[in-house]
Amino acid sequence: MSAAAAPTTAHEETVHGAGHAHPGDGKYVQIAIILGVITAAEVATYYVDLGVALIPILMVMMVVKFGIVAGFFMHLKFDTPLFRRLFVAGIVLAVAVYLAFLASMQYFGNDTTSEINRHSLGVPTTELT
Amino acid sequence: MSATTEDTELVHAPTAHTEGHHTSTGVSNEKMGMWAFLGSECLLFGGLISTFLLLRGKGVVRGPQVKDLYDIPFTSVSSFVLLMSSLTMVLALSAVQRGLHRRARVWLLATALFGLVFVSGQVYEFTTFYKEGLGFSTNLQSSAFYVLTGFHGVHVTIGILMLISLFFMSLRGNLPTEKSETVEIIGLYWHFVDVVWILIFTVVYLIQ
Repeated sequence: MSAAAAPTTAHEETVHGAGHAHPGDGKYVQIAIILGVITAAEVATYYVDLGVALIPILMVMMVVKFGIVAGFFMHLKFDTPLFRRLFVAGIVLAVAVYLAFLASMQYFGNDTTSEINRHSLGVPTTELT
Repeated sequence: MSATTEDTELVHAPTAHTEGHHTSTGVSNEKMGMWAFLGSECLLFGGLISTFLLLRGKGVVRGPQVKDLYDIPFTSVSSFVLLMSSLTMVLALSAVQRGLHRRARVWLLATALFGLVFVSGQVYEFTTFYKEGLGFSTNLQSSAFYVLTGFHGVHVTIGILMLISLFFMSLRGNLPTEKSETVEIIGLYWHFVDVVWILIFTVVYLIQ
């Protein structure tokens, strides 16, 4: 990418890396406003009874915020796919390992007194809350 | 934000790294190293979050439960502050890449300040919890909570130190546009700390 492609105003995109365009400052501010609005919506769920929909709604908002920060602020959307693969590999590995870990500890079952509590506390099951 | 005289004077300067990298992968080794590190950090924080999930609400034989002590409005404000620090970080990078070094220093300092506000909030939260009778070893979930949020706080603190170092590097003229990748790499770390808090805020504080 030649220097001729450099921005002409402070608000235009910045050409960077192997020719990938990064958003301008104005775009970053817009993204931050969106993130702020989503955060406000997340906090609002604390005061509103959404019943069983609460967790899915919060998870969706969390993933959207994560994606926006990683994609735009961390430039994963614009940089080489190699960086994206490295990061996603870490996330996928972590999710897989810890889902298996939680499943093995009966986190997803109805058993409210998992093995870890029984052994580490040394108290009868009935005393656990 | 309006364009200043500084913008119009320096904005035509060529941006850094337009010539590519002469490595076997064609990308910067330092940047790839940071991404690999961040990938491994996912496993660290994944383990801490999973442990907290497993121990939350279980094994409380003494002391209060963590969720009974949460101050959601307070934590929401500090979460928002950390989120906005990601904006100032990316604006600092943008300024360095365009040769606007004075502006970059302002954004770097703002980012460090936001980080400091967040860490101060965490110290206040920990102190409040302790006074309410929730120590590190009070019960299993309190240990898991302090380890998880404490590790995150340590990451933020390290980030603040790196940002302050960048500020002084820039002040001494050791952070020219050609070295903007240094700011980008530290920025990646800072944004990662932010996305981890996005997870913690939802999973630990909001989903009870």
